Amino acid sequence: MLILIPLLPLAGFLVNASFGRRVSKPLAGGVACAAMVASFVVSAIAVAQLLSLPPEGRALAQAVFTWIASGDFSVAFALRLDPLSSVMILVVTGVGSLIHIYSTAYMHEEPDAEFARYFSYLNLFAAFMLVLVLAANFLVMFIGWEGVGLCSYLLIGFWYEKPSASDAGKKAFIVNRIGDFAFILGMLMIVVRFGSLDFQEVAQAAAGLTPEASFGTLSLITLLLFVGATGKSAQIPLYVWLPDAMEGPTPVSALIHAATMVTAGVYMIGRNAVLFSHAPETLLIVAVVGVATALVAGSIGLVQNDIKRVLAYSTVSQLGYMFLAMGVGAFGAGIFHLYTHAFFKALLFLGSGAVIHALAGEQDLRRMGGLRKDLPITYWTFLVGALAIAGVPGLAGFFSKDEILFRTFASGHTLLWAIGLLTSLMTAIYMFRLVFLAFHGERRVVAAPAPAHLEEEAAAHAADGAGGAAHRGIAPGTLAPGALAPGAPAPHAPHHLHDAPPAMAIALIALAIGSVAAGYVGLPAALGGSDALGRYLAPSFTVAGAAEDAAIEGADAEAHGAGLEVGLMAVSTAGALAGIAVAAFLFLRRREAARALAGRFPGLHRLLLNKYYVDQVYDAAIVQPIRILSEDGLWRAVDVRGIDGAVNGVGEVVRGSSEALRRLQTGSVRAYAAAVFFGAVAILGYYLWT
Amino acid sequence: MPFPILSSLVAVPIAGALLLLFIRDDEAHAPLIRLVALVVSVLVFAGTLLLWSLFSPGSAEFQFQERYAWIPSFGISYAVGVDGISLLLLVLTGFLTPLSLLASWHSVHRKTRAFCLLVLLLEAAMMGVFISLDLFLFYVFWDAMLIPMYFLIGIWGYDRRIYAALKFLLYTMAGSVLMLLAILGLAYLHSTATGRYSFDLQQLHQIGIPASLQFWFFLAFTLAFAIKVPLFPFHTWLPDAHVQAPTAGSVILAGVLLKMGTYGLVRFAFPLFPLAASFFAPYLATLAVIGIIYGALVAMVQPDMKKLVAYSSVSHLGFVVLGIAAMNQQGVEGAVYQMLNHGVSTGGLFLIVGMLSERRHTRLIAEFGGIKKVAPHLVAAFLIITLSSIGLPGLNGFVGEFLILLGAFRADPRFAAFAVTGVILSATYMLWMFQRVNYGPITRQENAAMIDLTPREWAVIAPVVAMTVVMGVLPNLFLRPIGPSVERLLGRLDRAVPTRIQAGAPAPPPQAPRAVRTAAEGSAR
Repeated sequence: MLILIPLLPLAGFLVNASFGRRVSKPLAGGVACAAMVASFVVSAIAVAQLLSLPPEGRALAQAVFTWIASGDFSVAFALRLDPLSSVMILVVTGVGSLIHIYSTAYMHEEPDAEFARYFSYLNLFAAFMLVLVLAANFLVMFIGWEGVGLCSYLLIGFWYEKPSASDAGKKAFIVNRIGDFAFILGMLMIVVRFGSLDFQEVAQAAAGLTPEASFGTLSLITLLLFVGATGKSAQIPLYVWLPDAMEGPTPVSALIHAATMVTAGVYMIGRNAVLFSHAPETLLIVAVVGVATALVAGSIGLVQNDIKRVLAYSTVSQLGYMFLAMGVGAFGAGIFHLYTHAFFKALLFLGSGAVIHALAGEQDLRRMGGLRKDLPITYWTFLVGALAIAGVPGLAGFFSKDEILFRTFASGHTLLWAIGLLTSLMTAIYMFRLVFLAFHGERRVVAAPAPAHLEEEAAAHAADGAGGAAHRGIAPGTLAPGALAPGAPAPHAPHHLHDAPPAMAIALIALAIGSVAAGYVGLPAALGGSDALGRYLAPSFTVAGAAEDAAIEGADAEAHGAGLEVGLMAVSTAGALAGIAVAAFLFLRRREAARALAGRFPGLHRLLLNKYYVDQVYDAAIVQPIRILSEDGLWRAVDVRGIDGAVNGVGEVVRGSSEALRRLQTGSVRAYAAAVFFGAVAILGYYLWT
Repeated sequence: MPFPILSSLVAVPIAGALLLLFIRDDEAHAPLIRLVALVVSVLVFAGTLLLWSLFSPGSAEFQFQERYAWIPSFGISYAVGVDGISLLLLVLTGFLTPLSLLASWHSVHRKTRAFCLLVLLLEAAMMGVFISLDLFLFYVFWDAMLIPMYFLIGIWGYDRRIYAALKFLLYTMAGSVLMLLAILGLAYLHSTATGRYSFDLQQLHQIGIPASLQFWFFLAFTLAFAIKVPLFPFHTWLPDAHVQAPTAGSVILAGVLLKMGTYGLVRFAFPLFPLAASFFAPYLATLAVIGIIYGALVAMVQPDMKKLVAYSSVSHLGFVVLGIAAMNQQGVEGAVYQMLNHGVSTGGLFLIVGMLSERRHTRLIAEFGGIKKVAPHLVAAFLIITLSSIGLPGLNGFVGEFLILLGAFRADPRFAAFAVTGVILSATYMLWMFQRVNYGPITRQENAAMIDLTPREWAVIAPVVAMTVVMGVLPNLFLRPIGPSVERLLGRLDRAVPTRIQAGAPAPPPQAPRAVRTAAEGSAR
């Protein structure tokens, strides 16, 4: 039955890829949505079946066929459903279904063939993502891992005629491949070290080892796997592709670049929790990279003006939180945040999509404002999402984020905790800056002469290919009639703006409900809950018969007591509220104060606006040198002049010497006679001499 | 006597070529000529499939052997046979020949009869190379193969075809002359050991060759094969030959001819001279890894699509040689599998590039752009073959690459670590080309009028696309016959070098299971 879960979207892909050009939009969209919903239903049935099993033995497995077998190496195409993967398939198919439904309205302006192409890619993505999470071994996971990367490439570059879109797609694929380089090496090391790529077998073998006191084989293996995760999950140093990925259609950003694919790295670490637990050195690196990414991305998010880029950096930052959780060994907390984040971040992206849709492609926050009145559904659902991500008590993000911060503190990493707290303050600021700029105040529709530093911002944007926002994000075909000639005063001001149409509203409302409710499955004991999710997931992070690991995590938390947990919650709640207040002050009450602040620290502001110049540094330090080396060094110098020059040189020498020898063949008898004579004399002379 | 199925794989194309001589060579008969050639090549492909179905995959021995004395006084015989290593290369040859004929349907319009005749003769020679069990016979086919290819490049090629054809011929001949000397030396050695000459591979396996001679013989054989592969730094004939060759020539050259080099290493150089092979393997692996990275970097900056694909072959064939030099099951099996993959995916790339250049009469990447808009099906096929070439799991390239990397890692992790960079680089150069050709706005008027796949082109490219998927999802179908023959080869190497060092592969930890088996083992195999 498990194979049906990815097979249904795959079938949807095949139908739309084969016949999509010839069918109407309702049919193409209907097939894709039906495939997703069917997959969700099958997933739900499978999870119900899983829940009926006793907690210790909760696992369903299906070996479909032997995929690769060579000598003593054999890998099956095998799937496995356990508590961890069950959470993932529900998120992927559930949020996935909503985003499919939302897309039928969002992409409605596309021509029929493009519409079908979009849905075929979306279905294919879901199929690969489900393979990724259901895989029973590394190699099958790698099929999904690379497959989702491919779909991400195709969907980021969906509007392929736009060079920035196809550039962004290519960048995503190649940066991911850099991570895969390490991931493949990690897998090779695992085969050699453990003789298997099966998650269960590797975990069994690793459980029998003592955790490495210093950096050894296990640390190297897990570090390589983690580098793979930094590619897929956009962490330092490989996060640079995700902000650019916003070139794709907004529902894609919601599904792939927020809710599901980018969490694959976190999931992969959770999947191999036993292995990572035995490599404390790597775990520390994971935690540090996670919290550093959270901070760096959060700070960039503070000043971005593109609504989707703010959300993109927010995603990078939240993923950093998840890695922080993994790094301090709080695997359950990390997955908890992954799961709640899927709701509110998908909601925020879809809400931003509704805004962009209503404004006919406008993505620049500086040209929004006052949308609250025109787009009530979008506004209220978006507000729920913003409150959830900011960590306001009672909403999903609060529980999961606090769990991470608490575990970090409890594990003794006070500095990491402090940085995490600072980041959560930033989260509240950038989220509510976005809310206030977009939905509150007055409409700022005119591309009027901007204040000096605004122009500088625009230049900074244009420099990295982001361009003026006016023409971005939406394909030419989707523009409303007469909309948006760049530079002209935007003509949509007098229009009445349309709020999200039904298909979009359904998704927004459903996700808003999720953003409120999703946290309660993980309600901590300190607040009177039972941490149901944590206990449900726990068996996935240990191997059967080695229950002490779970006990340790529990005991760790217990030891510090509920009082500490509640105290920390109060601190972070205060942080979240303070962040909202700061945003309200700067962007609602006194906008000039924000500008003054930027003016006070122009260097810092420019640094953040230009995203710490990381893209430029990579380009100058890696991309250009390789290109110059290849073109002028290897190709023109070594290959053409060096090797081929030598080959042709040999040819020339042969021809030249033949030419010289040819002169001897004069055909003149006297010349030959002379040669014979001199030869004879020479030989005679030689014998006489010696 | 059983039906001589192997000989018929050589005889049928020759008979077809002779049949073509009876058709008048003029414009009116050109369609008939093409049709006859196509039918003959399809028959041959059917023959190879029949062979595969009759082949017993569990056996490592040479099957369907035929043996006739040819020049008995020198111990030269017509000895042919097939094992798991050569079987699928025969199928590959049978698969690609009709496709390349079909691809040339309209692009070759002068001297059609000669063209079809040469392609069929080339096919016969290639089949001959893969079935020969007699070194003399092998050498005859090996050199016979050069002649039709020389003419294919020289007559139907592009503007610098004469230079390219000559370069191809001289380069290859330079290597094979030394190989001929080594072959004669082997026969002589056999006569000193047993009193009579022999060129028979299986008999030559029986004699002990002194280590010092192995050294020289191995070098002579390997030079010939390395040029053919082509292994860095013997590769510079390849870009010229590919760029100048007509589509059919490029497809066969990349798809089959390059495999002759790696096949020769597996079939002759390694098993005949195991001591020397063990000694030289690390050096070969080093050159292979250099080739992987070097080929990829140079491919990245090529302005010409065909040249780009040609350099990518240097990189991909580097993987194959690396697998062979790893001298373990996964490495060699992956290498054989990768030979097939490269034939399918690079053959496919040349077919696609051929279609594009037929439409636009240029191969320069900069001349294209936005093709997806006008030819979505062609671009879809292009994409799938591109992905297969960069080793996306689920398609064929990944299986071979992963097995090779595993083998290399077990032999020496350093080789694997460097080779894996090919994963990044291949994505870079292929996707960059793909983007520049297919994405973006249409900037040139000529491209706006480009047509999508014609029915004939569908027939050419659909089988290739299907194979990339089938070989990626069900690799065991193909690995099954390869396995035992590779095992036997490694057995030979092990016997000869009992203390062969498994560098870098530490003894398995006591608690880890000895054999690599996943939970679901055995359900399909």
